[in-house]
Amino acid sequence: MNLKNEFVRGLIRENAVFVLLLGMCPTLAVTGSAINGMGMGLASTAVLLGSNVVISSIKNLIPDKVRIPAFIVVIASFVQVIDLVMNAYTPDLHEQLGIFIPLIVVNCIILGRAEAFASKNGILGSLIDGLVMGLGFTCSLVILGSVREVLGAGSIFGIKFVSADASTILLFILPPGAFIALGFLIAAVNRLTRKRA
Amino acid sequence: MEYLIIIIGAIFVNNIVLAQFLGICPFLGVSTRVSTATGMSAAVMFVMTLATMVTYLLNTLLLIPLGLDKFLQTVVFILVIAALVQMVELILKKVSPPLYQALGVYLPLITTNCAIMGVALLVFKKNFGLIESVVFAIATAIGFGLALVLFAGIREKLELYEIPEAMKGAPIALVTAGLLSLAFMGFSGMV
Repeated sequence: MNLKNEFVRGLIRENAVFVLLLGMCPTLAVTGSAINGMGMGLASTAVLLGSNVVISSIKNLIPDKVRIPAFIVVIASFVQVIDLVMNAYTPDLHEQLGIFIPLIVVNCIILGRAEAFASKNGILGSLIDGLVMGLGFTCSLVILGSVREVLGAGSIFGIKFVSADASTILLFILPPGAFIALGFLIAAVNRLTRKRA
Repeated sequence: MEYLIIIIGAIFVNNIVLAQFLGICPFLGVSTRVSTATGMSAAVMFVMTLATMVTYLLNTLLLIPLGLDKFLQTVVFILVIAALVQMVELILKKVSPPLYQALGVYLPLITTNCAIMGVALLVFKKNFGLIESVVFAIATAIGFGLALVLFAGIREKLELYEIPEAMKGAPIALVTAGLLSLAFMGFSGMV
């Protein structure tokens, strides 16, 4: 397994958000600012790492017929752990992400990787897969969050670079802006990848 | 009056798809034709109402008295929803084959619809009672159906137009959804 290839695959070629269009709900909902996007991305990455490792280590014990419910229980347990940890150490972020933290359970990226990768590969491979797919997801959320924050609030990671009374395009931190910004970002990715091919 | 506010709020003002971003996957996935969108909405309404009722009762009668709601909520809720979807599918198949024919293909997709679990969790955030929760679930499902059918109608028309190569598919769908969401923002302040 070539590590560099893996990273290219996770971050660009099979980018969960921009290319595969998985995990749309958290992507749109929490990217009102770059920080929230990053928090959500890292929380999902942690769950993905944990679930990939556990699932790949118990894959021979799970009967094939009940594998999906078994995967979901493993994932839900990790989500619950992350939920409690974030509640304890980052209460503000936990408050802002709200119900989207327990909803990491139904993020199709995580179940998708469990089914497509961790249930067929070794522990180390699954660990790397979880890491690169999670980082790809995190990067996408940070990019979308930054675009929306720059356009909508004139700041990035909470640091304002326009004067306080400057008029910004408020629309972009409101719900419609999420759809529109993501639409144009995917169009840009399509354009760039097709040119190269 | 109280219920009316919950209903209007859930359908228009805080539309589950266009304002809260729950259930985006089926919103983008099965919205290419109006007929499939209607089928999906009906299935969602059925499961959402049942799931909210069951998880509500389970949480208040079992998890909270045992002091487990902080630790087991996520696991229990997702299992209940998955089992419920499975059960509904089996019962429908036996009891009402025509309804099964109509909803059948959409049912398995619903387990991973985050709107279902989202509503089950939201009713506790909002401190609703049982009846309020059920009303909220039904109204939310109507809101989901409204958004889905409207969106499918627009997409059917959209297929007839020339769209730049890079914008085809998901990007133009997202931009359309953005404009629809903008239109729904007109309802804010109503409640």
